[in-house]
Amino acid sequence: MNLKPNREMPEYPGLLIEEPNLSAPADHPAKTIIEPPRGWQVINLREIWRYRELLYFLAWRDVKVRYKQTAIGALWAVLQPFLTMVVFSILFGRLMGLDTEGAPYPVFAYAALLPWTFFSGAFTRSGNSLISDANLISKVYFPRLILPFSAVISMLVDFGIAFIILIGMMLYYGITPGAAVLVLPLFLLLAFLTALGIGLWLSALNVKYRDITYVIPFMAQFWLFLTPVAYPTSLIPDRWQLLYSLNPMVGVVEGFRWALLGNPYIPGMPLILSTGAVLALFIGGLFYFRRMENEFADVV
Amino acid sequence: MSEPAVRVERVGKRYRIGGPQMGYVTLREAIVTAAQVPWQILRDGGPRNSRKEFWALKDVSFEVRQGEVLGIIGRNGAGKSTLLKILARVTHPTTGRAEISGRVGSLLEVGTGFHPELTGRENIFLNGAILGMKKVEILRKFDAIVDFAEIDKFLDTPVKRYSSGMYMRLAFSIAAHLDPEILIVDEVLAVGDSAFQKKCLGKMGRVASEGRTVLFVSHNMPAVVSLCDRALLLESGKLAAEGSPASIVQQYLAKEMSTSVIPLDQREDRSGDGSARIEFLKVESTDPDKIIRSGSRLKLTIGYSSDRSVQRPQFVVSIYDQMDTGIFLLHNDFVGGLPETLPSRGSVTCLTDPINLTPGRCYVHIELLKGNVRADLVPYAGYFDVEADDLFGSGMVPPRDWVLYMLGHSWWLNED
Repeated sequence: MNLKPNREMPEYPGLLIEEPNLSAPADHPAKTIIEPPRGWQVINLREIWRYRELLYFLAWRDVKVRYKQTAIGALWAVLQPFLTMVVFSILFGRLMGLDTEGAPYPVFAYAALLPWTFFSGAFTRSGNSLISDANLISKVYFPRLILPFSAVISMLVDFGIAFIILIGMMLYYGITPGAAVLVLPLFLLLAFLTALGIGLWLSALNVKYRDITYVIPFMAQFWLFLTPVAYPTSLIPDRWQLLYSLNPMVGVVEGFRWALLGNPYIPGMPLILSTGAVLALFIGGLFYFRRMENEFADVV
Repeated sequence: MSEPAVRVERVGKRYRIGGPQMGYVTLREAIVTAAQVPWQILRDGGPRNSRKEFWALKDVSFEVRQGEVLGIIGRNGAGKSTLLKILARVTHPTTGRAEISGRVGSLLEVGTGFHPELTGRENIFLNGAILGMKKVEILRKFDAIVDFAEIDKFLDTPVKRYSSGMYMRLAFSIAAHLDPEILIVDEVLAVGDSAFQKKCLGKMGRVASEGRTVLFVSHNMPAVVSLCDRALLLESGKLAAEGSPASIVQQYLAKEMSTSVIPLDQREDRSGDGSARIEFLKVESTDPDKIIRSGSRLKLTIGYSSDRSVQRPQFVVSIYDQMDTGIFLLHNDFVGGLPETLPSRGSVTCLTDPINLTPGRCYVHIELLKGNVRADLVPYAGYFDVEADDLFGSGMVPPRDWVLYMLGHSWWLNED
């Protein structure tokens, strides 16, 4: 006879009553006040700082998951800008013979593709970040800004990997950067702020209007043509230069070339305009995001 | 008395139904809506107000002392989850305010933020961070989390290959080790097998006994009664009652029972020649509060109607469990009691012996025959929940997923 296996009898929950020990945590805990949201508010930077580890873990997750099931893994980070560079070199460098102000076309293009790939990947991921982590938003509290922010950070890893190829190319072509290379991080910061600024707007809008998901790839494509990645800025007629420079990526891309390749074109005026445009975009994005933040959990 | 751990003052939450605030809109929908307006003006004489307002919570105020375990019960849609979401700061109140003293940990849904591609080990860190743990804290508790979840062999396997049981165990284990001063729990105990549920209840009991404040939303009434110091009853977004868990649970169940008449006249999924129809079903117990417990006698009232008087009526009531296993068949021909002819409209009542069923849900099918011809059959006409009852007087009740029936028995040692 096969009796049912001996299973431990569950205690009827009634047996679990235990006297609560009221002497436990008596330290002075932080007080949280929950109130209806009030109009426009500033992003709480201290809170973001407190959640910095979550920022790190989410960025780490993005990087890890991105290449987890791919055959060549992180090589993709290199392949994308590299292959684009090859195509551009054949098309624009060889066939059209674009003027690159001295630098060999492949390096000229790659030095621009590097920040460009970072930027387009970053704002794409950032713009979709709230949607892809919708379950987090509706279940757990944390400053929502962490999501678009971490998406941009995760792209820095790809940037770092792709940068190695650039060093190789510069060695191959025998290009030694001058002291200007020290300013390179500033241009990267500018690209970072641009991507995050756009990402804040797009992600907040995306929660309400899913059309944004379809707009983003189109935007990335369109923006590429408006940025001097394949061609030099000098190609743009003078009377359009000022308007053209409002595109923050003009300053970033020209800045990269200037810092790395010693490009004679000094992006002075464009850079000032670009920086101004970025700051406006970024600060506006912060406010808009903060305002929409309260609704995310109800809408997403 | 020290300051309350949670103070909620006249909190309300409004949702807009149908308007752009509820759910996302696409540009296409926006265009379609705009195009519909002229048509609506023609048809209805004005644009329809599609933005209905709905208060999920209204004017709810209460306090929770430090170290108190507060149960929150109510029907689905009564606002329990909205209240917890507000306290967990996932969503904002529309009116009122709340104050919380201490670190809040919420188990609104365990496993939130798990990534299927990542390994168990990686997910512990990710999920821990999402729930608000610091990295050092996760490192310190890592072994305890793995032990509690019993997944040490699968630590480096992606969680997408986990069984659902392992997945839940890991998820709960991480959340359970959060050690917040105020723990918000919503229905986590509804998942997992009974052994794991027992473990979770045990963990909650321990958290409570350590003097933490717990807010516990559940449909598991025995758990609410045994774990909580006090309970709230929410009804359509308002605080309906507050008091000792036993009295609140009883009040809630009694209310559920008083609305236990199940109208059946709208049901389309019926069969039979339709010469007589089953109009309603009412299931209650003979206990004074009408709550159906393991030891209760069932009282079923069936309303019927027909064009003319009903000859040779046969009422057949079959009761099934969730697995569609037949439990009881109640038939007036088995036991007699009904006259040969019934008036054209009326109701009949069937009273049973004590059911001795384990706590859980039962479904009722009703069939009405005239002579031997089926006049009406309503499958799944209704259901009732059997509440736990200390039938053996030992405080122990076997769970439904082991057995259906509780049989009185006695033991002795044979003297040889």
